[in-house]
Amino acid sequence: MPSDVRALIITGFGLNCEAETSHGFRMAGAAPEQVHLNDLLDGQRALDEFHILAFIGGFSFGDHIASGRVLANRLKHRMEEPIQRFIADGKLVIGICNGFQTMAKLGILPGLDGDYRRQTVTLMDNDCGTFRDAWVHLAANAESPCVFTRGIDRLYVPVRHGEGKFATLDAPVLQRLESEGMVVFRYVDADTGEPTDAFPHNPNGSVRAIAGICDPTGRVFGMMPHPEAHLFVHNHPQWVRQRIAGTLPAEGEGVAIFRNAVGFARGELL
Amino acid sequence: MVHRIEIGPKLGVNDARGNGVVANVRTFLHMDVSACRTRSVYKVHADLTADEAERVREELADPVIQDSALGRLDAPNFDWLITIGFRPGVTDNVGRTARTAIEDILGRKLADADAVFTEAQYFLVAPSLAREQAEHIGTDLLANKLIETIRVQAADEWRAAEADLSVPLMLGEPSREVRTVDLQVSDDELLRISSDGILALSLEEMQAVRGYFADPARVEDRQALGLGPSPSDVELELLAQTWSEHCKHKIFNAEIDYTDATTGEHTVIHSLFNTFIRRSTEELREKCPWLLSVFHDNAGVIAFTDDWSVAYKVETHNSPSALDPYGGAMTGIVGVNRDPFGTGRSGQLQINVWGYCLGSPFFDGKLPEGLLHPRRIRDGVHKGVIDGGNQSGIPYARGWEIFDERYLGKPLVYCGTVSKMPRLVCGEPSEKKYVKPGDLVVMAGGRIGKDGIHGATFSSEELRSESPAQAVQIGDPITQKKLTDFLLEARDKGLFAAITDNGAGGLSSSIGEMCTYSGGAVLDLAKAPLKYDGLDPWEILVSEAQERMSIAVSHEHIDEFLALAERREVEAIVLGTFNDSGKFHIKYGERTVGCVDLDFMHDGHPTYRLKAVWEPRSHPEPELPAEPDLNRALADLLADLNLCSVEKKSRCYDHEVKGLSVVKPFVGVNNDTPSDASVFLLDYGRPEGIVLTEGILPHYSDVDTYHMVASCIDLAVRRAVGTGASLDHMAGLDNFCWPDPVQSDKTPDGHYKLAQLVRANQALYDYTTAFAVPLISGKDSMKNDSTRGGVKISIPPTLLFSLIAKMDDVGKAVTMDAKCAGDLVYVLGVTADELGATDYARYVAQQSGRPEAIGNHVPQVDAERALAVFRAVSAAVSGGLVHSVHAPGRGGLAVGLAKVAFGGELGITADLAKVPATSVCCLRDDQLLFSESNSRFVITVAPGQREAFEALVGAVPFACIGTVTEAPRLVIAGQDGSTVLDADVMELKAGWKATLDAI
Repeated sequence: MPSDVRALIITGFGLNCEAETSHGFRMAGAAPEQVHLNDLLDGQRALDEFHILAFIGGFSFGDHIASGRVLANRLKHRMEEPIQRFIADGKLVIGICNGFQTMAKLGILPGLDGDYRRQTVTLMDNDCGTFRDAWVHLAANAESPCVFTRGIDRLYVPVRHGEGKFATLDAPVLQRLESEGMVVFRYVDADTGEPTDAFPHNPNGSVRAIAGICDPTGRVFGMMPHPEAHLFVHNHPQWVRQRIAGTLPAEGEGVAIFRNAVGFARGELL
Repeated sequence: MVHRIEIGPKLGVNDARGNGVVANVRTFLHMDVSACRTRSVYKVHADLTADEAERVREELADPVIQDSALGRLDAPNFDWLITIGFRPGVTDNVGRTARTAIEDILGRKLADADAVFTEAQYFLVAPSLAREQAEHIGTDLLANKLIETIRVQAADEWRAAEADLSVPLMLGEPSREVRTVDLQVSDDELLRISSDGILALSLEEMQAVRGYFADPARVEDRQALGLGPSPSDVELELLAQTWSEHCKHKIFNAEIDYTDATTGEHTVIHSLFNTFIRRSTEELREKCPWLLSVFHDNAGVIAFTDDWSVAYKVETHNSPSALDPYGGAMTGIVGVNRDPFGTGRSGQLQINVWGYCLGSPFFDGKLPEGLLHPRRIRDGVHKGVIDGGNQSGIPYARGWEIFDERYLGKPLVYCGTVSKMPRLVCGEPSEKKYVKPGDLVVMAGGRIGKDGIHGATFSSEELRSESPAQAVQIGDPITQKKLTDFLLEARDKGLFAAITDNGAGGLSSSIGEMCTYSGGAVLDLAKAPLKYDGLDPWEILVSEAQERMSIAVSHEHIDEFLALAERREVEAIVLGTFNDSGKFHIKYGERTVGCVDLDFMHDGHPTYRLKAVWEPRSHPEPELPAEPDLNRALADLLADLNLCSVEKKSRCYDHEVKGLSVVKPFVGVNNDTPSDASVFLLDYGRPEGIVLTEGILPHYSDVDTYHMVASCIDLAVRRAVGTGASLDHMAGLDNFCWPDPVQSDKTPDGHYKLAQLVRANQALYDYTTAFAVPLISGKDSMKNDSTRGGVKISIPPTLLFSLIAKMDDVGKAVTMDAKCAGDLVYVLGVTADELGATDYARYVAQQSGRPEAIGNHVPQVDAERALAVFRAVSAAVSGGLVHSVHAPGRGGLAVGLAKVAFGGELGITADLAKVPATSVCCLRDDQLLFSESNSRFVITVAPGQREAFEALVGAVPFACIGTVTEAPRLVIAGQDGSTVLDADVMELKAGWKATLDAI
């Protein structure tokens, strides 16, 4: 049966997580489609065709100037209205890593007071000063309206970034994110399960250990770690141990994010 | 006009880049800098209105964390400002992206001549720093003078100065000069022409070139084209590139007169490549029906499943990395990406590997004039491959580092890439490319500049002070990513049937090779897109400017191809036409500037005739201490540069992108112990895996390169089999890096070095055939010597044996770390008195003040016995009978057991009396612990599987030597029953990590 939920994965200009992000949506029962950014900009394809928009990981424009900056500018100048309409229609937007960086710089996160055009948060150089690839433990905020993380308590996924330190324009923005449940994921200590500032559990020095946030509706969501890199049980760094212990799960932990998105879209957007 | 935009972190915002500079200045240059603030400068060379400039400033900066200004930002308190910019003509990737961004912001195209130039600024707080020290920081840490400019200003100088608006414009006049090179000259003069022109052609080759052009039978035809009886510079350069050691492998194809002085045997070898490498693969062809395309294309191709084949290539990029570690190494990785990409009908890039042979980063001796400090080389090489690989979205599977002072002169920078191809592209086998006469010559990707001119010929010589700066290229991974994305789209639409990359030799090599498929080509250099004016036609032909592919496109498809390129913002230009004239005909506009027969180009070079004499060199035996402190020896070896953890740098490389990694470069309960082999899924939702590993043991070359190569192959196969690879679906890649093996005044020991090469090849044949691991691709780099400041440094003969294998079901993979307390610890395979040239022998030799006493009993391989052990282990792994498998290598059983233990953060108790050993003599405890005998495994097995496991491996020598314990201690009983080693596993691990974690 052809799927009813259509997910758009924008590609091109150094983005590079299109295959695994598409597969995540496919595993969750959606029909993903990879469309080159220029095909959207020149009108060959349109956002309106889709229910879910994914800004994927990668190095858009090489992270030159700053991560996500050049892509955000291009979207702002050449695609702003379709994106604003997509959000206003209550459709789902997810940004992962470079996608999150792009959404922050475009201003569609956190979307305080319905303003999806102004930049108030950013992702900056990791405190450790380098790109880092390492698996991290995340705790999800049960109070968050985020539709992508329903039923998720903990998540074990890799970070792969040089600019992942979350920062806000000022203290009031941070305060509102926290009090309004818009902080979705935090980096936690593997042993205690508590949010931490300590490297390497908190891989980049993010304020309040923030790894992902959403808008007040919970439908626009961005995170630095990569759920699409943990679609298969064999992606888990400890899967051989799990096999020996007989605790190998049925699917990779990251799939839940995609299932939530597709399930929500099927219920609310069709 | 120039608009200057300065962007820096707001006060109070952490400056991670600046903090990194402070740390490096302190630990590397040992100077006191208390703080460093960084800024980025964009000099926009374009006519913008004041309002436009203001908008650009606003939109380039991050309002959350950055301040920005047109002109200059206020200065914080500082003592010195160091500003780093690019020299004219050097690739400025950020500047190019900024240009694109500005067009988006302004909603209009900039003029062709408009450009953005970037600079980095470092404001140092360092009151006690003298100007020379600030300059030292600029020269020896922040910038490379070959490609960058450095400006040091004291605070008051900066305040007194105006905002700097200078830009490094490349000002060249359009040029079309073609010179004729008169070769009717003396032999000395011929050699001078070759040397001055960095042609790297020998006298015989220069004479062959002279003879070809002056041949009376040819003169008339040449006259008709406007060419004379001597070559044009275009022709001479074309031949120099095509005939370079880099491209034609003249030493591997030489006729070698080989004498084995130990036996007196005398043989003549007609081509090492044909005799040992190609012959091995040909003999294995029937056994290995999955061999699809070997040796002739840019990468070797093997079938993997019914739907997919896999291509693999490993390259070295040594000379450029010596001059500019960052740019050279980045070009190494993005360059090798283009090989499996440009193989057959083009493959999608899946996995990278890297490995470096370097001088010690802690080197504190006197460096020969002109060499970069090995720590700079290491930092730069890592950063280049990190940026190149990460930005291309390709995960790495394997990474390693080897250190030896003999790599101070030329570092070895190995980079490799695996691609996968659908078995069929538009209904045709993807590994086969074809070019029809009439197809168009198309070049796509980056533009041509002076960068990388003479890379192929320059890497075919030793490194000398006159080595050209322009031989260095800087990669641009994003331009390449756009290019490869576009070409895969075009491939799947069936828009081309042949593709190759522009690497060494640039167009001369890519079109020169591709036109052999059709039988000729006409190329118009005037059509080539240039980065700037001022290139002569020969420079356009041989420039190795990066990110370019050459494609053969038919008339039927050309419009669609070019239209798609434009939509993907990729520059693609028709440069000529393939034909079957038998000639490579090169024009500049209407004028013919060169025309050479393909036969002569590809087969006209004289065969080398070389001599090799094998006289083994004897080393004093190490004096093993009467009562060795084995605890200390193990701790010291684990902390040794060559055995310690390289995780810190490795974590900067992405190994998870694409979401297909299964056994990662680091495994163990804390994800921090190197895996024996890495496994990646071939495709989403499929069980098959690609297994990658390698063997590299250059220190064994000090005794015998034959056993060095045998050991590399054995180690690689062991690592793969132990992880779960199929023994029946394994292929190898050979990458030789050698010191110059041609006898000459500069190389008085050439006969010996060539004999080392012969013996290495003999082993390559013997063991690849014995293990049925066919070679599918390889490369040689034969001039890894450096003569600077009167000091010659030559590398030890080094072979990297890279292995690629299939596993049918990744779910059966096993990692090397101990899993459960109570498991039994087995050793399979025999330990012999084989300490020669091992790490323990070197350690003892150093300790006793006789570093030359490395011994002679180098580890050897008994292929038949090895194969029996491999088969037993393979059966045990696929039968699910084992919890961990490790192939001990450097440091022997002692280091192997320690790694298995600290991988699982568990302990091991073992009894040396039980270790299977050669019966001929009684080995000492330290020999059992540190001998690096091949074909051995350390395996842990659950007690419940004991019988099944022992029944399965029963035919090969094995023993249960101990158990895994909950308490993390490594406790080893000697042969007399007393405890000879008792160490805290976590302490061993901490020491193993500390060495390179510090920098």
